[in-house]
Amino acid sequence: MELHPVQSTGPQETFVLNLGPQHPATHGVLRVKLTMDGEFINDAVIVAGYVHREHEKMGENRPWDQFLPNTGRIDYLSAMMYTHAYVGAIERACGIEVPPRAEYVRVITSELNRIASHLVWWGAYLLDLGGMTPLLYAFDDREKILDLLEALTGARLTYCYYRVGGLAEDLDDGFVEGTREFVKEFRPRLKMFRRLVSENIIFRKRVEGIGIIDAEMCRKYGATGPMIRGAGIPNDVRRAEPYSVYPELDFEIPVDPAADSMARYKVRMEEMEQSLRIIEQCLDRLPEGPVMAKVPRVLKPPEGDYCYATEAARGRFEVRIVSTGKPVAHRVRLRTPCFGNLSLFEEAARGMMLADGIAMMGSLDLVIPDIDR
Amino acid sequence: MTAAEPIRLLLFLVGVATFVGLNAAYLVWVERKGAGRFQRRAGPTEVGYAGLLQPIADAGKLMSKQLIVPPGADRVLFRLAPIMMMPPAIMAFALLPFSESLVGIDMNVGLIALFAFSSFNVIAVMLAGWSSRNKYGIISAARVVSQNVAYEIPMMLVIITVLMVSGTLSLTAIVDGQSGAFWNWNLFALASNPLMPVTFIIFFICMLSETNRAPFDMAEAESELVAGAYTEYAGMGFGVFFMAEYANIVIGCALAVVLFLGGWHSPVGVFPGVFWFLVKLYFMVFLVIWVRWTFPRTQFYGLLNLSWKILIPISIFTLLLSAVMIKLV
Repeated sequence: MELHPVQSTGPQETFVLNLGPQHPATHGVLRVKLTMDGEFINDAVIVAGYVHREHEKMGENRPWDQFLPNTGRIDYLSAMMYTHAYVGAIERACGIEVPPRAEYVRVITSELNRIASHLVWWGAYLLDLGGMTPLLYAFDDREKILDLLEALTGARLTYCYYRVGGLAEDLDDGFVEGTREFVKEFRPRLKMFRRLVSENIIFRKRVEGIGIIDAEMCRKYGATGPMIRGAGIPNDVRRAEPYSVYPELDFEIPVDPAADSMARYKVRMEEMEQSLRIIEQCLDRLPEGPVMAKVPRVLKPPEGDYCYATEAARGRFEVRIVSTGKPVAHRVRLRTPCFGNLSLFEEAARGMMLADGIAMMGSLDLVIPDIDR
Repeated sequence: MTAAEPIRLLLFLVGVATFVGLNAAYLVWVERKGAGRFQRRAGPTEVGYAGLLQPIADAGKLMSKQLIVPPGADRVLFRLAPIMMMPPAIMAFALLPFSESLVGIDMNVGLIALFAFSSFNVIAVMLAGWSSRNKYGIISAARVVSQNVAYEIPMMLVIITVLMVSGTLSLTAIVDGQSGAFWNWNLFALASNPLMPVTFIIFFICMLSETNRAPFDMAEAESELVAGAYTEYAGMGFGVFFMAEYANIVIGCALAVVLFLGGWHSPVGVFPGVFWFLVKLYFMVFLVIWVRWTFPRTQFYGLLNLSWKILIPISIFTLLLSAVMIKLV
């Protein structure tokens, strides 16, 4: 028997809804052109590029080390991991051995940064779902991290703390004590977040089983980070392509096979817990010694093509540098996680209702400058 | 009607208009302060002592703003919508029994009249969304209508349950039937319906939905629809919608107090009076604010499912249950 699709008798009316560039749900200047059939999304077209800043080109017209501050401004919420990838690439190219103390401090600050980033996402995501209070709770804890990092690096958001060959400055006892205290205080807070939000029936109804992004779709669009881990694949650069001192540390890669918005939510919440574990271990093992290796005054990486990837808060961030042996890069390529994570929105949003589409977009954890570079 | 009656009515209406205006202005302040406390911050502090002059500053700002009619909008309806929003709310106040003597018009069908007035705001919001010729506004207008249709039904069923218990449509008579201490309130009228607290919860949920409050604020779900039906309104056009929203919250809460919480009667049986009415009223308002700043928003279809699949069956059941109980007892 042949099946015929149900034909609508009335006129098919769709309209185009312009979500952005200024819209409360896009958290930045992202524009999505939605073709709507009533409340259903028929088609979504992403119009990116409103904050394109030519970061890659900037990397190609100045000395290697002067591009360093830029890397913290691509994804302003995970500046530490981004700087790490860039200095890592140059260190790999020049064959610079980074002192162990510097590596441990890098991991501590990166993981603190990851927690701060996930907290912003957590608050903003609940804001997307209409819950306004969690944002302030999240920022309360984030503030403590920012204070710690400010005392250490002098910046609150766009850190430029790592240097090629080590760190700008050694950390002091105040930072170590403050971080230990934060770890102690933050664990019960995470429990409270779980009670307040994760178990809330309205919240669960909005995220469970909604916004399915399976592993296949993640592979197709190159989605990484909590996106792919929320689809059941334990892909984490910290384990897959170990860098820094991560191989020595004991932590788990949270994975959830459910592939819905709740899975991505749970993965991020669990990651904060794991980051606390990493920080504790690093603080216990923190070796003495210098924080800066011997580095030539003018960086001239030998001719060649080098890559270095880090696990940023949103996924895999990779820097590829092509050197011709000159003090200026020939090519700097930045592979940012948000671009891949956003690309699948067009496919995933098809057929969803507007509110669910927004709830799904929030679970992608987008940082717009990271998409546009 | 005595000769003093028109004067009394006029005075009452002036009083009500003042009450509504002050409530609308200061509930915004209470909400902002409350939200601040829930979110571990201070709320408004700058304008006046503890930010008490903030509503006046806000009103001044709203009134001094230009009133913009977007191109392509239906000029007449666009202007008419906010005007249609406020009068029904004020009229509804004239029916509310604040105390035994403090009531504008004591009608024997007061409850029905009150409902007629408070259901009016749907039309105003729908017109606002539709006439502003904004896509977000139109989505919001469609949502408001289906939301209100869905929630009027369980609310009506709940009210019929209460009516069967109290046996009258007059608001004063309903309150009189609950005199004495708190166990005489309809909320605890377990003898005629053991599920009365459930009925009250259904009423509260429907009230939140009818007044477009979080977690059911579909009409102005700002993360999806920017400001929904009010997106294109500037200045006092927006201000009027805002005021009417708070006036409707007060009406909804006052209705909850009248129907379930014994109106002006004190919970311990002594000193009945307007004081108790206001205490209960603002307690309910506080609950509404508390809910808003705690829960995330529901989905739109989740909201309709809640009404059609859960609230309506339960409220029909409680209705039948109280019919049986009253017949038996």
